[in-house]
Amino acid sequence: MQVASSPAAGSVPIAASLRNATVRFATFTAIDKISLDIEDGAFYSILGPSGCGKSTLLRLISDLIPAAEGEVTVFGKSTEEARLAREFAFVFQEATLLPWRSAIDNVRLPLEIGRSRGLKLPVSERSPAELLELVGLKGRENALPHELSGGMRQRVAIARALVCKPKLLLMDEPFGALDEMTRDHMNLELLRIWQETGVTILFVTHSIPEAIFLGQKVLMLKANPGRVREIVDIDLPYPREIALRDTLEFTRYSARLRQLLETC
Amino acid sequence: MQKLGGGVPLPILTAVGLILLWEAGVRGFSVPSYIAPAPSDIARALVNDFPLLMRNFWPTLFESLLGFAVGNLGAVLIAIAFVHNKTVEKAFFPIAVFINTVPILAIAPILVLIFGGGLTAKVVIAALICFFPTLVNMVRGLEAVTPQVMELARILSASKWEIFWKIRLPSSLPFLFAALKIAATTSVIGAIVGEWVGADKGLGTLIIDATFNFRAAQLYATVLMSSGLSVVMFASVAIAEKLLIRWEHK
Ligand SMILES: Nc1ncnc2c1ncn2[C@@H]1O[C@H](COP(=O)(O)OP(=O)(O)OP(=O)(O)O)[C@@H](O)[C@H]1O
Ligand SMILES: [Mg+2]
Repeated sequence: MQVASSPAAGSVPIAASLRNATVRFATFTAIDKISLDIEDGAFYSILGPSGCGKSTLLRLISDLIPAAEGEVTVFGKSTEEARLAREFAFVFQEATLLPWRSAIDNVRLPLEIGRSRGLKLPVSERSPAELLELVGLKGRENALPHELSGGMRQRVAIARALVCKPKLLLMDEPFGALDEMTRDHMNLELLRIWQETGVTILFVTHSIPEAIFLGQKVLMLKANPGRVREIVDIDLPYPREIALRDTLEFTRYSARLRQLLETC
Repeated sequence: MQKLGGGVPLPILTAVGLILLWEAGVRGFSVPSYIAPAPSDIARALVNDFPLLMRNFWPTLFESLLGFAVGNLGAVLIAIAFVHNKTVEKAFFPIAVFINTVPILAIAPILVLIFGGGLTAKVVIAALICFFPTLVNMVRGLEAVTPQVMELARILSASKWEIFWKIRLPSSLPFLFAALKIAATTSVIGAIVGEWVGADKGLGTLIIDATFNFRAAQLYATVLMSSGLSVVMFASVAIAEKLLIRWEHK
């Protein structure tokens, strides 16, 4: 299990670090001088109004877009080095599976890429089949994506993200397209996976309850320009159960975050 | 499929009905057989002229297949070049469009002049007629990769080569097969047109021959053979598609 928050800066290894990081699209500043340290093994939920730069932040960390100014490091490496070393994996809102590949072959995809060029790939000690079991898809290994439900497809995508044993998992509204029941279920599964694997997670969501339920901390961003509004510690113990949402503490966090969101 | 009387599909019943009507019409109005032969005359020609028909069937099959292979292979390779090099695409795509606007019937005599009355001219004509639809479809197919999948590839640090083999090529297959099904029938048209312009064997030659000698029943039998060839080519492609593409394609 993870330690909830870092007592003193420097004592905990840092998964991702931003120093005055700025992202611009032409003249528009999407992220403005953000400085931030994500502790190794932490679970951060990221909230903020639409267009405030949540996706941009994940894309910056994952080397999909460059920083115009400032510095971003992942486990002390540049984002490019971290990408080549497969330090992180990304889960998109859409499962983004290759439709001609079975579930298990989709999970294998990251293992097939880069090998021939001598890219040193970390490999999870869990086999692709075991990863599918971990996300609750035992028995559906050979199903094609169109034979799976939306929630199942997203679980395949999570298994695929875990196959190279990432130390950092970037998730951009991964459950946004799912119905409430499936979403609750996936939240529990994700927490279980987080605790079993010790991976650091940055989880973007639009849902305040989801952000509180999952995160050790909620990173609240504000728009125009994209900055960190506040980091709220969620002092609720793990393992968390769905019933946690009905507690008074949960409701308090919820009210506080809603107020914060209104001022973003 | 709708079924009637003993499970025979409706289209077949309709076709049989029309053929009977045709037979009755030709006989009832005693239409001369050199104008419109009765279905029974055509059937007789099919049987009696079978060796002759087959002698001319093989060359046309061969030309169609070669033209199909050359035209589609060329189109696929050029599409791959286009997708990987925008300059090449900008330079050559207008030319491809221009070639496509030249009617194949108009250009066929030129090609026969250039390549002579042998196999080459027919293959070139059949290849040309296949080329453009496959080129356009293949380019579309290779580019039909969503930006999200490209981001996934980027996060996995995939090389252009890996993106091509693991992502672009498989996702282009449904587009390719849509084009191949068109090419399966047009390549036969190309071969026959080539034979019309100048050849001493093939179904196209036989069509011209039968027409000018008023052998209407033989003409119809030859046309039947030609469409039979198209159907076989089309069905082969369709079966290959079924075997290869098992995933759902929108
Ligand atoms: N490729 C791009 N080109 C130009 N502007 C962009 C691009 N990507 C994002 N932006 C702009 O940057 C800002 C932040 O976008 P981003 O997608 O990060 O927002 P977000 O917080 O993820 O929003 P949402 O909650 O709606 O997903 C937006 O104003 C958006 O218009
Ligand atoms: Mg977003």
